[in-house]
Formats: sequence, C-alpha cells, structure tokens
Amino acid sequence: MENLVYAIVLLPLAGFLINGLFGKNLPKAFVGGLATLVVFASFVITTSIFLGFKSDSAPVVVKAFEWFRVNGIQVNFGFQIDQLSLMMVMIITGIGSLIHLYSIGYMSHDKGFYKFFTYLNLFIFSMLLLVLGSNYLILFIGWEGVGLCSYLLIGFWYTNEDYGKAARKAFIMNRIGDLGLLIGIFAIAAQVNAIDYLSVAENSSKFALDSSAIIFITVSLFIGAVGKSAQIPLFTWLPDAMAGPTPVSALIHAATMVTAGVYLVVRSNFLFSLAPSTLNLILFIGIATSLVAAFIGLRQNDIKKVLAYSTVSQLGFMFIALGAGAYTTGMFHVMTHAFFKALLFLGAGSVIHAMSGEQDMRFMGGLRKKIPVTYWTFLIGTLAITGIPPLSGMVSKDEILTHIYAKSPLLWGLTLFSAALTAIYMFRLLFLTFFGEFRGTEEQKHHLHESPAVMTIPLIVLAILSVVGGFINLPHFIGHGHFQKLAHWLEPIYVYDIETPEILFATEMILLAVTVIMVLVIFFAVKAIYVTKKKNALPEESYTGWEKLSARKLFIDEIYNAMIVRPFEEAGKAAAMFDKAVLDPIVNFIGLGAQDSGRAAKRLQNGNVENYVLIMSLAIGIVLIVNFLLK
Amino acid sequence: MGDVNTFIQQVPLEYFIILSTVLFCLGVLGVLLRKNAIVILGCVELMLNSVNLLLAAFSAYKGDGNGQLLVFFIMVVAAAEVAVGLAIIAMMYRNTRSVDVSIFNKLRG
Repeated sequence: MENLVYAIVLLPLAGFLINGLFGKNLPKAFVGGLATLVVFASFVITTSIFLGFKSDSAPVVVKAFEWFRVNGIQVNFGFQIDQLSLMMVMIITGIGSLIHLYSIGYMSHDKGFYKFFTYLNLFIFSMLLLVLGSNYLILFIGWEGVGLCSYLLIGFWYTNEDYGKAARKAFIMNRIGDLGLLIGIFAIAAQVNAIDYLSVAENSSKFALDSSAIIFITVSLFIGAVGKSAQIPLFTWLPDAMAGPTPVSALIHAATMVTAGVYLVVRSNFLFSLAPSTLNLILFIGIATSLVAAFIGLRQNDIKKVLAYSTVSQLGFMFIALGAGAYTTGMFHVMTHAFFKALLFLGAGSVIHAMSGEQDMRFMGGLRKKIPVTYWTFLIGTLAITGIPPLSGMVSKDEILTHIYAKSPLLWGLTLFSAALTAIYMFRLLFLTFFGEFRGTEEQKHHLHESPAVMTIPLIVLAILSVVGGFINLPHFIGHGHFQKLAHWLEPIYVYDIETPEILFATEMILLAVTVIMVLVIFFAVKAIYVTKKKNALPEESYTGWEKLSARKLFIDEIYNAMIVRPFEEAGKAAAMFDKAVLDPIVNFIGLGAQDSGRAAKRLQNGNVENYVLIMSLAIGIVLIVNFLLK
Repeated sequence: MGDVNTFIQQVPLEYFIILSTVLFCLGVLGVLLRKNAIVILGCVELMLNSVNLLLAAFSAYKGDGNGQLLVFFIMVVAAAEVAVGLAIIAMMYRNTRSVDVSIFNKLRG
C-alpha cells in the first residue's frame, strides 16, 4: 500500500515534469494524453485502495522521511490515508481526469497547450499533497501549491492585462487567508507540541471547551479557509478568477481547490468541535456569503460569472453545514457540488465553445436544439443545483436545511431564501441560454456546433454522477439510515461525538415539501419572465434599484478599493516621498563622502618615490617626537 | 689587542649615537633629495651602516656578541640587496638611457 500511496502523488508530478520540460516539442495528442492518463492512473490506484479500505479501518500513515525536528516537535514528510483523505482524493483525481480529458478538446487550438497541461498536473499534485499530507505543514505546502497553480491558470492568457490583474487579485487575497492558516499552525505547534493530525487529535482534549486558546487556533484556521474557499470578506477574487480557461474554473474554482477550506475544517474537527463559538462564526459567515453571492448572481450576464457567484454561494452552504456541526453534510455537499458544478462549468465551456467565445447570455438563446448533448447535461446540472428530487444537489442541500432547522428555524428561513435565489439565477441562466430565440450575430449562428466527443463524454459522465451522486447518503427517513453510507463511512474521522438533529418525521416531510414546491414555483415564474415575456436582452444601464446593486456586485470591489487599496497606495506614496526626501540624502552623503575623501587621498600617491619616503620619514619623526613629549 | 672592548669603552657612548644619527640622517636626506638611482642606493647603504655602527657600539658596551652577529646578517642582506638593486638600475639604464628616478612615476593614483 505504501508504494501505491507514493504512486498516487508522484504520477501527476511525473506528468508535470515531463510535460513541463519536454512538452514544447511533443505532439499535442501525447501531451494531453499523458496528462490525462497520469491523473486517471492515480484515480485507479485510489479506487483500488478505497476498495480495500473499510469504514472502520484505522488511518494509515505512510512516512516517507523525517523532515525536521525542532524544539521537540518532530515533523515527518508523510501521507495519511483515511476515510476523509480517500474521499477527497477520489473527487480530485476522478473529476480531475474528466476535466483533463475535456481540456484536450477545449484547449486544442491554444498555443499554450502544453503549458496548460503542465499547470493542471502540477495543480493535481499540489491538491493531492494538501489532502493526503499527514500533518498541517504538508497541507500548507499543498495549500500554497494550489494557490500558485490557481494564479498561473487564472492568468493563463496573460497578454490580457485584466486577466493578469485578476490572477494577482486571487493570489493576494489568498495570501491574507494563508497567513491566518500559518498562524493557526504555529499556534497548534505551540500549544500541543505536534502538528501531525493524529497527535493533535490525541492531545486536543487538553483544551477546555471554548477556551481562548482553542478559539484563537480555530479562528486562525478558519481565516485560512475563508481565503481559499472564497467566503466573506475574502470572496471577491473568485468571480474574477473566471478569467482563466473554463476547465480551470471547473476544476480549481468549483470542484476542488475552493473546497480545501471545507476539508481543513473537517480535518480539524477535533479542534472545531471544542469551539462552539467558532462554529457559530462559521455558520453566520456561511449564511451571509451564500445570501450575498446568490443576490449578486441574480443580475450577472456573463454565464461564467453567474456560475462563479453560484460557487461562492454553494461554498457558503457548505460552511453553513460545518457551522451547524454537521461535518459529514458539509463533505457530502462538497462532493455533490463537485459533480454538478464541474458539470455546469464544463457545460458553460461547451456553450462558449459553440458561441465562438461569446460569454454574455443576453446574446445567446435557443441553443437547446443546436447543442443537444450540452443542453441535456446542463439541464441535469441545473436541476441538481436547484434541488429537484432525487438529484444529488437536492439530497445534500436538504440535509443542510434539516440540520439548520434543528438549530434555528430563523436561520433555516435565511438559508431557504438563499436556496430560492439559487433557483432563480440558475433558471434564468438556463432559459436565457437555451430557450427562446437566438440573439447573437449571424456569424455566430452559422458557427454553432456541438462540441467534440472528448468534451461531451465528461459532460455525460458528470451528468450521471450528478443524478446518482446523492444516493450514497440518502436521508435518514429512507430505510432508517441504512442508506446513509457516507455518514457511516466518515464516522471514524470524528474524534468527538457529532450530534444528529432530532426532527420529527412529519416536520422533515414538510420542510422537504416546502423546498421542492418553492423550486417548482420559481421554475415556472422564471420561465414566464424570460421565455414567455422575453425580458431577456435588457442592457445593464437600464437596471435600477436592486437590479443595479446586483449587477454592480453590491459595489463591494469599489468599497474595498476605497477602504483598503487606496489607503495603501497613499501610504506607499508617502513612504516613497520619505524615502526620496530623507533617506536618499543620508545615503548619498555617505557615498559621496567616501568618494571625495578617496579623490583627495589619491593625490598622495603621485608615483614619486621620494615623496613616499618623505612622508614616511616625517611620520616617523612625528611619532618619535610625540613619544618623547609624552614621556 | 686583548681588550678592544675596554678601548672602545673609553669613547663615550653618546659619541657613537650622535655619529650614527648624523650618518642616518644624511642617508635619509640623500634618499629624499637626490634623483640619481645609484646615489639613492648608496644612501640606503649609508643608513644601513649607520645602524650597523650603532649595533657594534652597543654590543661592545654591553659585552654581548649578539649585536655583532646581527651586524653580519645586515651586511649579507645589504650585499644581496645591492646586487638586486644594481641589476634593476642597470635595466633602468638600458631602457631609458638614464638613472633619474623622477621619470619613473608610472605608479600614480
């Protein structure tokens, strides 16, 4: 098993090295094929380990070597295989290989083809380090690695200045979170003298419930999660990250990297369970994020921007689940979201491909007949995310709603409202894109075509997963918990007891019915507005009131600019002035002084030997005289 | 001959010191003022020998032979130095048809 674990991690690294070093001179088919195959091989290996792993198996730690030992803290470079990391690796390599396959078609005309696959492989490698590492430091290496790949891939088309700016924005905002994570890791090391998960879990009982130390640690870790998983207040980088190629949005900014924050919290459940206050903070941030992002999603016209805000909103849902203490539900939503959001992004990529690069939904419409495979798979994705039973999104979202209802009916109402907003913007997206009349140019209409098989096969696979993905954790009332496979599977990773909400069967049925009826009503209402009444191509200038707020993203970017970016720029200018006015003259004075004294001393060395002797004799004479006088 | 030391000690030590100081200063002045390389070399020899004289005198006064030993060392080194110095001066003359040191000021800062 040890060698297999190494193989999982090293295969993508090998793909990265081969493609990175020699890819320029290799044929495209080989580059794309190799990159896809190494990830798929990792997936196959993971599956084989998964099949041999039982839900009650103890975690296996594979130690590669001792990395360093400082102040009694031993840090190994090792990997930990347990139920949680296996689940994450399955998602990463499974969806990763589908998206690699898709990219072969999507990027086929790009001259940076080999570079793209190099970065993708590096990303998979970093992500695997992140989830497989046996201690927080390896997690941090992976954490930084995926951040780097995210930066590289957002700015993949770097000749466009805006894309470069988006990449920098993502990187810098992530740094803020990374600092939190780093401080959290240091705090853990200082408190328990270890940073590997098993030791920290073992020693976590020394913390009193809600003690200041545990709150400091968990909040620091959560700040890391906020940055990586795009929660308020650090979420604005994710929508801008859509500058990258669409497969990147699907893989990094929907399915895997952005869920690293959720993984971090679930992985650290032994810490978070001891800090109910932090969990409450997570809950509120999750709700606020899901509401704000869903609201902004209502009036975005770029198809990828809608999906980006949807991702932020869905990540908010995951944090709601975590905040309610339902780690399994959070992970469950990570998984189903990975399926349907990857599907939606790849579908959107297929639409953009068909539309010759057009991303504005107001110029789409009626694509249903032209690109049927994309349409049907996209429809499944939409139904899954909005919560039509029995698709995967509905199952996981219903679980979140049930947990939150048990905590507080008011918060349930807010979460439900957020789910309603989700349904509104997703159906708007669906109807604007695939229904009604075609609103693009004649040229675009002429070019409309279904994507090649390498792109549609991943769509179909993901669509199937989006349908059946929910079945691994059906609600308790079906078969008395017999079908809660995921909950059972993940049980061993929780160190402290997880409370399951006690809800009457009737209440649960009513909640479910409310959700489903709400989504159906929204479906028909949105259809009436965008298909029957054709309110579909309004220019953004015509938006007023809340529509303008939504379209302009609540002016959050402007507020951040005014509150943080501008003051920093001003401070920078002031510092530059100080440098020029005060520091420069001081430094120049010293430099010029040395230069001048050197120039003066130069005259002494005139090449005339007698002079040297004269000076020497005089000096000796002076020394003698002084010596004589001092006696 | 028996007692050279007694004989020398009849001359006051200050005389030796004053004589060698005068010789040494003459040597220094010669080095400083003259331009002829051969004369400069001679002046250097003068300085060395004034020191030799002083050493020999001290040696005689203290009745310690070590000072005279050092004198012989200095003589040998001076001979070697003169050999090298004269060789340099000979090369100088061949190249420039002159033994004037003031034209050798190439090592200027």
